[in-house]
Amino acid sequence: MTANIESGKRRRPSPFNYTIEAKSPAMLTLRAWWPPILWSIVLLLIVVIVMGLGNATLHKTLTDALIKLMVVVGLFVFIGNSGILSFGHIGFMMIGAYAAAWQTCCPKTKKLFIPGLPDYLLTHQFPFMVSVIVSGLLAAFIALIAGSVLMRLSGIAASIGTFAFLMVMYAFYLRWDPWTRGASTMTGLPVHTDSWVMLGFCVVVMFGAFVYARSRYGLSAKASRDDEVASKAAGVNVVGQRLLSFVVSAFIVGMAGALFGHFLGILTVDSFGLPYTFITLSMLVVGGMQSLSGAVLGAIVISTLFEALRQLEIGFNIGGSLVALPGGGREVGIGILMLVILIFRRNGLTANQEVYWPFRGDAMAKTAMSRRS
Amino acid sequence: MGYIIQVIVDALSLGSLYALAALGIGLLFGVLRLINFAHGDFITLGAYALIVPAYGPDAIRFIADFHPVALIICTILVVVAIALLSELLVFRPLRYASAATLMVGSFALSFVIQNLIIMIYSGRPKSLNLWSDLTAIKFDVGGVDIALLPLLIIGVTMVLMVLLVLFLKHTPWGVQMRAAAEDFKMARMLGVRANFVISLAFVLSGALAAVVSLLFEAQLGILMFRMGTPLMVFAFIATVIGGMGSLVGSVVGGMSVGIVSSILQAGLPSEIRGYRDVFVFGLVILVLLLRPQGIVLSRATRERV
Repeated sequence: MTANIESGKRRRPSPFNYTIEAKSPAMLTLRAWWPPILWSIVLLLIVVIVMGLGNATLHKTLTDALIKLMVVVGLFVFIGNSGILSFGHIGFMMIGAYAAAWQTCCPKTKKLFIPGLPDYLLTHQFPFMVSVIVSGLLAAFIALIAGSVLMRLSGIAASIGTFAFLMVMYAFYLRWDPWTRGASTMTGLPVHTDSWVMLGFCVVVMFGAFVYARSRYGLSAKASRDDEVASKAAGVNVVGQRLLSFVVSAFIVGMAGALFGHFLGILTVDSFGLPYTFITLSMLVVGGMQSLSGAVLGAIVISTLFEALRQLEIGFNIGGSLVALPGGGREVGIGILMLVILIFRRNGLTANQEVYWPFRGDAMAKTAMSRRS
Repeated sequence: MGYIIQVIVDALSLGSLYALAALGIGLLFGVLRLINFAHGDFITLGAYALIVPAYGPDAIRFIADFHPVALIICTILVVVAIALLSELLVFRPLRYASAATLMVGSFALSFVIQNLIIMIYSGRPKSLNLWSDLTAIKFDVGGVDIALLPLLIIGVTMVLMVLLVLFLKHTPWGVQMRAAAEDFKMARMLGVRANFVISLAFVLSGALAAVVSLLFEAQLGILMFRMGTPLMVFAFIATVIGGMGSLVGSVVGGMSVGIVSSILQAGLPSEIRGYRDVFVFGLVILVLLLRPQGIVLSRATRERV
């Protein structure tokens, strides 16, 4: 068997062609958990380097990027496993963000801005971590209700259903003055979220997403993604599995929303609209939507490009004269780069696969997989 | 009585605009399975084509001062050229990619166009009156003054739809397009040229976008770099609830979305009128649940095992 695969392979020569045999239990564990471990290390390195530079603006950018990364991982849990493109998840982010504001703002601010809250919420103030978890749970609960309706749809109709859900939530929060301050800005959230907090959450969420994707539930959802009819025939409760992944991903995205609120300290309904939806979706698609590695890599690449182009927009010196991109140039650049990536890597940068290089068994499995498809 | 007529005219003219925009999206979906998020930006570009490309705060009229016939032709040419260019540069290389990739590609295109507009014209809204006579002339119907413009919008939509139907049913090119929408692979085997049919779809879609942009601009009197987006959102919804891939469906969907939101606007009690969009999109979810294939069935959406 081994010889067969070895002889039959026509792998491109790559710098990573050497492999490590996983034999000891420790190595086997490492191998099993490799993608989230690898990405945790990468994120840790990025955070350490940026914090080491000590640039406050860069630190803020990094925290913002890590929040987006968490949203993208949340999106991956649903989109990657169920195969349904969702436009609605930023709605859950908004639910989480406002739920956090209801809990952690000081009572004085709450009476001033959002007097519609029930007395218990108005007079009490909750700790940061509690509010993040509770906000995620609220988003998950809304997802359970909305999802039990929306997940009955499939394919493009389901995508549009989630889109309509986003529009419903957006329009509702925009008018719900006594709870959200409507179109005005809600201020006074305590600022707790920095890069270290986000790093912690991102690592936990990546492991969580990985465990879910490998569990029987994740595998059932994937089966329904690849062939709905066949998976039904094999006994997969398609609606139920989709609903589960919808709820799990809404929980993650809701927590990200709460962290987002505690990062900026201010909230507007307007920041949870189509632009944020599209940015996070593009990150997922550019990375490769069916793998955790794709979600993480896409978020890192797009965020880095954004920051690099921002530096260009500020301008730099060439021979004594300041060269800068005109306003809007950064976005034009990022759009064109995204198109180029999409055109040349249709299945995303990771081609929908996890990152598995150093282990012999996985290298073989990968060859076998690529031969099959 | 007069108030009801006013509501009916408003509903029909809004529905007509949505229907025209939805037709532009539906045409492309039929042939290419592409949900074109950049369609709203084609509409925006049509309106911006009327002025001189300049960064200043005022709109310097350019095509806007032409004779109406020349104006219409020039705008259509500009938008069609942009539509064809985006086909060539973006959608042709992505042709065999998955629906999600295509969709994100069209979003990236829309992002590029919007920010190009900011770069060239600046992001500030500019006021531009187009054919102000149209809103000034009013008819007295049942005691209410009805402006000419909404009636014109309804009329133009009717005429364009008849023309489109005639084109699709009775010309060789139209037949080829319908064949490609029905079964692209089979059509190609029978000698339909893929590039030609897809380009044709982009031309028609661009021309429709140009007409929408002129009518919309005449109604709005202001240029904004995101003016096409709301139209695109509703048109997109309309295409889906009408039945993806069916042109009749796009029209029916656009009309119903426009009519429902106008009626809700007029009929809801004032304290919950602000929540109108909640009801509109709630209804969309309801329609999706009751008829996931859309109001009008087409072969393209039927799932095959």
